[in-house]
Amino acid sequence: MKNTAIIIFVSVLMLGAIVQSDKSLAAGGHETHMENLEWSFDGPFGTYDRGALQRGLQVYRQVCSACHSMKHMYYRNIGALGYNEAQVKAIASEYMVEDGPDDEGEMFSRPGKPSDRFVSPFPNRKAATYANNGAFPPDLSLITKARAGGADYVYSILTGYEHAPKDAHLLDGQYWNKAMAGNVIAMAPPLADGMIAYEDGTAETVEQYSRDVAHFLTWAAAPDMEERKRIGIMTLLFLAVFASIMYAVKRKVWSDLKK
Amino acid sequence: MASGKREKFDNPVVEWIDSRLPVFTLMQKEYGVFPTPKNFNYFWNFGAIAMVMLVTMIITGVVLAMQYTAHADLAFESVQRIMRDVNYGWMLRYLHMNGASFFFIAVYIHIFRGMYYGSYKQPRELLWILGVLIFLLMMATAFLGYTLPWSQMGGWGATVITNLFSAIPGIGDTLVTFLWGGFSVDNPTLKRFFALHFLLPFVIFAVVFLHVWALHITGSNNPLGVEPKTKKDTIPFHPYYTVKDTFGLLVFLMLYVLVSFFLPYIFAHPDHFVEYNPMQTPAHIVPEWYFLPFYAILRAITFDIGIPFTDIVFIEAKLGGVLAMFGAVGVLFILPWLDTHPVRSARFRPLYRLSLIALVAAVFGLGYVGAQAAEGIWVILGQLLTGYYFLFFFVIVPVLSRIEKATPVPESINAAVLEKKKKKA
Amino acid sequence: MATKAPSKPQQSETRRDFLYLTAGAFGAVGAASFAWPFIDSMNPAKDTLALATVEVDLSPIQVGQSAKVTWQGKPVFIRHRTPEEIARAEGVDVSALRDKQADADRVEKPEWLVMIGLCTHLGCIPLGQKPTDPKGDFDGWFCPCHGSHYDISGRIRKGPAPKNLAIPPYEFLNDTTLKIG
Repeated sequence: MKNTAIIIFVSVLMLGAIVQSDKSLAAGGHETHMENLEWSFDGPFGTYDRGALQRGLQVYRQVCSACHSMKHMYYRNIGALGYNEAQVKAIASEYMVEDGPDDEGEMFSRPGKPSDRFVSPFPNRKAATYANNGAFPPDLSLITKARAGGADYVYSILTGYEHAPKDAHLLDGQYWNKAMAGNVIAMAPPLADGMIAYEDGTAETVEQYSRDVAHFLTWAAAPDMEERKRIGIMTLLFLAVFASIMYAVKRKVWSDLKK
Repeated sequence: MASGKREKFDNPVVEWIDSRLPVFTLMQKEYGVFPTPKNFNYFWNFGAIAMVMLVTMIITGVVLAMQYTAHADLAFESVQRIMRDVNYGWMLRYLHMNGASFFFIAVYIHIFRGMYYGSYKQPRELLWILGVLIFLLMMATAFLGYTLPWSQMGGWGATVITNLFSAIPGIGDTLVTFLWGGFSVDNPTLKRFFALHFLLPFVIFAVVFLHVWALHITGSNNPLGVEPKTKKDTIPFHPYYTVKDTFGLLVFLMLYVLVSFFLPYIFAHPDHFVEYNPMQTPAHIVPEWYFLPFYAILRAITFDIGIPFTDIVFIEAKLGGVLAMFGAVGVLFILPWLDTHPVRSARFRPLYRLSLIALVAAVFGLGYVGAQAAEGIWVILGQLLTGYYFLFFFVIVPVLSRIEKATPVPESINAAVLEKKKKKA
Repeated sequence: MATKAPSKPQQSETRRDFLYLTAGAFGAVGAASFAWPFIDSMNPAKDTLALATVEVDLSPIQVGQSAKVTWQGKPVFIRHRTPEEIARAEGVDVSALRDKQADADRVEKPEWLVMIGLCTHLGCIPLGQKPTDPKGDFDGWFCPCHGSHYDISGRIRKGPAPKNLAIPPYEFLNDTTLKIG
């Protein structure tokens, strides 16, 4: 028993050290302000909200996609947001995709299909950087995994624009954002109240748009989450029962030594 | 493995095979009736657990390799395909990436067990050395695998670690160019890292085989460090330790599943999810947690080593750090000859026990320091803890070997077990 | 080692056997469920399945011409048959064939023959698509690997192949668009 206690103690210490070291990494030099929201996908039983995901896709398509690619996503993926096959086809066909070469060796444009990737706004990284004042708009497929804070980070950036303090020196094309490390961001405030028309009557505010698109981007980065948690719970329950049985077996087997 | 004396099996199929190739006799001898000290505690589970983790890593790894593309332009993309399109691909990858951490957890506890109970001492020196070799191979394999997703963290981690070799005087730069197969970490580097990452686990497996073979020659150590003397001191491995190991394994697997399915990114850094960009270093480069103590030792040597008050330098700081880091692992190889105290178990060596617990604390401290930016108090703390690390091995352990008076050691395992029962009753 | 026999041997034995059996069953179920993700990961992935259908524009294929398209990584032969070829395909005595199939059972529209261009013997691609190709003894397709002869309906007539060339699932979306898969 004493040794079990030592093992548990050591494990807790190890995990503690790891979590601590992670936290210390996130802290930057400047004052940054990160919101901490509650999300439906939090916790071991959390799931995505299909309504929020569809609205978030709308925000991405109407606003973010002007500059940000999502190159790891396919149009077929949005079937998981609750669209049927015809709707997915319709959305995909709104985009023009470069294909080819055809029989004459020429590249050509055709309407998108579900098996196509999300069309990128720029042909390559250099074009994107050049068109955006030298600041490359990052691909958003994995953004909530690629930034500490995840969905909170996306929300905080989108709602974090403020008037720059008097002593701040901003260059042309730079903006003050309280959530950005260093507080200077090259992205102009992308959202404004009422700029996207929601069909389900949800409030058309910058906060709501930000929340929805952060929700959508979290799904895009981790579409496996719901299945992962479901299988995880089943596996844990199975192992717990199996371990209990094995403990009983162990006690039984060892009991004849005790006599 | 000689087939001299062989008992007949009742099952005719088993008997037919065994009379031609005595695998069943071997299993029976090595895992069935194998006499094992009867006083193991749960620390003795971690060898079996580490073995299971090795097998888990190999089978998840082989299946992942069927989907992964080792090419600088496609590697990141192919990992995303595994995560999104391959059936259960996300599960295999989470099990593989977190499996590495849990493999190291099991092995670190296993190493601590060996040090606490003096399992490296005569006649188990070779057993111990093979174990340290496995540890080294694991570190190499883990480092190579870290690069494969071709993320910012992976690519830059590879750059930094391969650059360690540039500290070697004279041939350093040539050697690094050779390791890269070019003038920076690029496609040739990735491809050879993949080939070696695939190969090394099988080398590990072979060394594990030797490790277990050596174990079955000398027999296991035990918490008392007293060799079994009579039949009363031992029990057959099966069923006693097969069931105990299985139970311990299941508890360990629960932790592994908990992390892999509910906190899959707890050991990962955001820069793992950004594709490698050779033109831009991420703000913080940190190795995986299991390397942090060694990383801290590397960074602790910030000074040139030479003759004080002159310009004569023998070892530059860069080389010194590299030597210290490799030395920190290398010293484990000679531990059996540093510690020559006749008593094995720390239970009966209060001073050794205290210094060892302090060493564990120092290693945790170094791990914490390794994750901090190398500035201010962290540098000094890292140097102090590094100092203690080497002091432990090169001064404390040899000195204690000569002067420490052990508390009374029980006469036999059976006597100690009976004593314990009497006290309980 | 057991120093004394258990006081109630029989009951104790039963309980031990029961525990062993339960633990064994859990181990077996656990191992089987653990194996499934590994096996299933080798099945076609979602991106592969997403490309399981192709649409073909038939308008450039003139009467008497053939085209070859890729579907699920396999070649699909599309032949725009002439009236003479259709008559020849339909005029065969079905009962004399190795794989008895009427031409009408092999086409949606008699002028369009659509089939998978893999010999049913061991998977080579038969010749006969190009006007210059050898077409075999029955003026259809000829597999050079082991000498299987197919007629103008893609039926096996001579050689080692056991079956007629396979017909993929397809439908005509309109007069000039064919959807395979």
